[in-house]
Amino acid sequence: MAKIKMEEYLEEEDTQKGKFLTFILGDEFYGIGIEFVTEIIGILPITEVPELPTYLRGIINLRGKIIPVMDIRLRFKKPFLEYNERTCIIVIDILDNSVGLIVDSVAEVTNISEENIVPPPSINTGFSNTYIKGIGKVNNDVKLLLDCEKLLSQDELESLDYISA
Amino acid sequence: MSQFVNEPMLEMYLFETTQMIEQLELAVLASEKEGFYAEDSINEIFRFMHTIKGSSAMMLYNDIAALAHSMEDVFYFLREAKPTLVDYSILSDIVFEGVDFIKVELAKIKGGDSADGDSSVLIEKIKEFMLYLKSENPSGQTIKVDEPNKQQKYYIAPEKKITYDAKNFFKAVVYFEEGCEMESIRAYTIIHNLKDLAEELFSTPEVGSGSDSDSEFIKENGFIIYIRTNLNYEKIESFLEETIFLKELKLEEITDEETFLSFKSTEGTIFEEKEIKMPQMMEKRVSYEPINKEQNNKEVVSSGPQSVISVNVDKLDKLMDLVGEMVISEAMVTQNPDVVELELENFTKAARLLHKITSEIQDTVMSIRMVPLSTTFMKMQRIMRDMCKKLEREVELQLIGEETEVDKNIIEHIADPLMHLIRNAVDHGIEENDERIKKGKDRIGTVTLEAKNAGSDVLVIVRDDGKGLDKERILAKAIKAGLVDETTVLTDREIYNLILLPGFSTNENITEFSGRGVGMDVVSKNLQLVGGTILVDSTFGEGTCMTMKIPLTLAIIDGMNVKVGDSCYTIPITTIKQSFRPKAGECFVDPDGNEMIMVRGNCHPVLRLHKYFDVKTTVKEFHEGVLIMVEQDARMICLFADELIGQQQVVVKSLPHYIKQTRNIQSLSGCTLLGDGSISLIIDIVGLTQSRTK
Repeated sequence: MAKIKMEEYLEEEDTQKGKFLTFILGDEFYGIGIEFVTEIIGILPITEVPELPTYLRGIINLRGKIIPVMDIRLRFKKPFLEYNERTCIIVIDILDNSVGLIVDSVAEVTNISEENIVPPPSINTGFSNTYIKGIGKVNNDVKLLLDCEKLLSQDELESLDYISA
Repeated sequence: MSQFVNEPMLEMYLFETTQMIEQLELAVLASEKEGFYAEDSINEIFRFMHTIKGSSAMMLYNDIAALAHSMEDVFYFLREAKPTLVDYSILSDIVFEGVDFIKVELAKIKGGDSADGDSSVLIEKIKEFMLYLKSENPSGQTIKVDEPNKQQKYYIAPEKKITYDAKNFFKAVVYFEEGCEMESIRAYTIIHNLKDLAEELFSTPEVGSGSDSDSEFIKENGFIIYIRTNLNYEKIESFLEETIFLKELKLEEITDEETFLSFKSTEGTIFEEKEIKMPQMMEKRVSYEPINKEQNNKEVVSSGPQSVISVNVDKLDKLMDLVGEMVISEAMVTQNPDVVELELENFTKAARLLHKITSEIQDTVMSIRMVPLSTTFMKMQRIMRDMCKKLEREVELQLIGEETEVDKNIIEHIADPLMHLIRNAVDHGIEENDERIKKGKDRIGTVTLEAKNAGSDVLVIVRDDGKGLDKERILAKAIKAGLVDETTVLTDREIYNLILLPGFSTNENITEFSGRGVGMDVVSKNLQLVGGTILVDSTFGEGTCMTMKIPLTLAIIDGMNVKVGDSCYTIPITTIKQSFRPKAGECFVDPDGNEMIMVRGNCHPVLRLHKYFDVKTTVKEFHEGVLIMVEQDARMICLFADELIGQQQVVVKSLPHYIKQTRNIQSLSGCTLLGDGSISLIIDIVGLTQSRTK
């Protein structure tokens, strides 16, 4: 019996499934699948690149590798917050792109099992929840789980805005 | 289809076959020019076909193998029967069709698809041609295409020594698994591999021709090999057991030399001829190489023992990146703010040495990636030939300077433009042969393809002695198409450049080769990708000259770093004409708000970088900053920046993929890392001037 338990334990430890890196943005907690995360770094000097949407702050030099950084606050149309020593860049690797996400601060890595994840409300009540693929319950808190692929994909509306602007 | 594909083998197969196909094409082209196939070239083509057949069968690409086999038959016939009545142009067509088929299949394999093309139609065609050849040339000699010597033993000359001192003799009988196909080729492979281990070898049946009857014999009786070697029983046994599709192996030791020799001598007389033939072929191979040398340097060196290795391009790119990083970190160390202020004699000495070595490494790595243009130029020969055939026009292609070397990445980008230019030259430029005589020109038109170095650029020039561009017609067409305003006055060069616009074609009729007006657009688009430009020049009635200006390499450029606000930008130094600080009030503004400046009697537009890139800066007055005058396509523009930082060789890195797919920023060609680890954006002058004119 003990052996089986041990195996189960190891398996759980081995797989990254169900693990989320949580970070704070304003008052909300967000979660991101740990399998996408490459590393977490403090804020680095950002080189601005012209002609990009405002949420793409520019590019950074990560040990010789040049990666774009996206301010999640601006991406979610929240007001811009000056970067401070708690500001973090979460480097994620998705769809063959390395992208840095700027967040207010990083909280922890937590387990959210599948039965504790509920889909976001399907009736659109005036807010857009395109970037959220589920809502996780941990104890009494809720974590908004991000859909990384949607985060990177261009939504057409925004492009149109940009052109008309 | 291929059950035991293993990657390195497949890669090697693709590499070798592609090279052989290229050489084969060259040989056929050369022969066609001569008007007949010399014995040497027939042998050469035969050998290529044979090797392709062998390796394709090994890799289980049966359609390629079968096709190569039938082509080989044709050349076998040509070689053995020496027929006198051969329509060489049909022969060339057939060979080219075959070559094209194999090329397509190879491309499929390369792309990871299965080679599913059906070669049977082609094979039928070749067989028909064979029948026709045979009926045209009923020679007294019996042709042994389909009746190879069944029970004979075949002597293969060992390449190394003539004196035999090895004392071990073996007789080996190898049986292949049923249904493994191509037994004779597998047998040939064994012999080929054994050659290195054995001093003397002969076998029953003869291998080398790879004919079906050999396979039949091997199927029934097994493949019998006699070996004289220094190695012991176990070694030979373990070697033979590695054979693919081996079903059974019988290996017995022959005790004395005489018995061994008796196998050979009993039939020795018959094979005397063959005995000579094999080494002769080896010799010929060597003697070909100098001929190929001019045409294909790469191949020649590859025949030397291990003097050349083929390296995956990814590895080279990685190495290149690393060297780039090293250059940057070297600057980071030697220009470190902590040491820069100190006077350290030993440190400076060591730093200088380090700098010397790093720049040498950089040069070497760069040179690794340089490839001569000759292969690309050779492909043009083929295109030329096909076109001349279709258009029934005689045009000669002259190549000059094909040994010029260019970065590998760039070569890939210029093959297409070059093809379009050649097509245009032949289709639009060169007149019909009769027309040429009327005009008092040589009957045969000439297209010259020339490459030469010019500073950090390579010039590739396509020149024809055809009818040249008709200015009036181009202008009329352009006005009709609404591409230019009727009232604008254009210089000759500007008019010629109109033909580069998409959808512009002066050809009234759309032909197979040109007339849709896409070609020139492709040319300029492709060149833009590699930072090249094209200049059109022409004299009506005498010919046209297209000059492509291509940078030697994309990876490292000489740049001038400028500061705008807190950001740093890099301007390619080749575009900079001059930089200067204007006096207050020297710039003026037109009613539309466009700023401009008069320099030496010419008026140039001024572009404020801080405005263009939307950067905050305190320097807004012209006399506080600096103007950098850049030139692109004979168009000048003055860029206004805060200050110059300095000149530096920078390693170009492309912008992250995600940024590119979000927005295609025309005015930036990439970015680079500066000595202090910060990022500088490289300004693309072409994009900048274009986006401005819009």
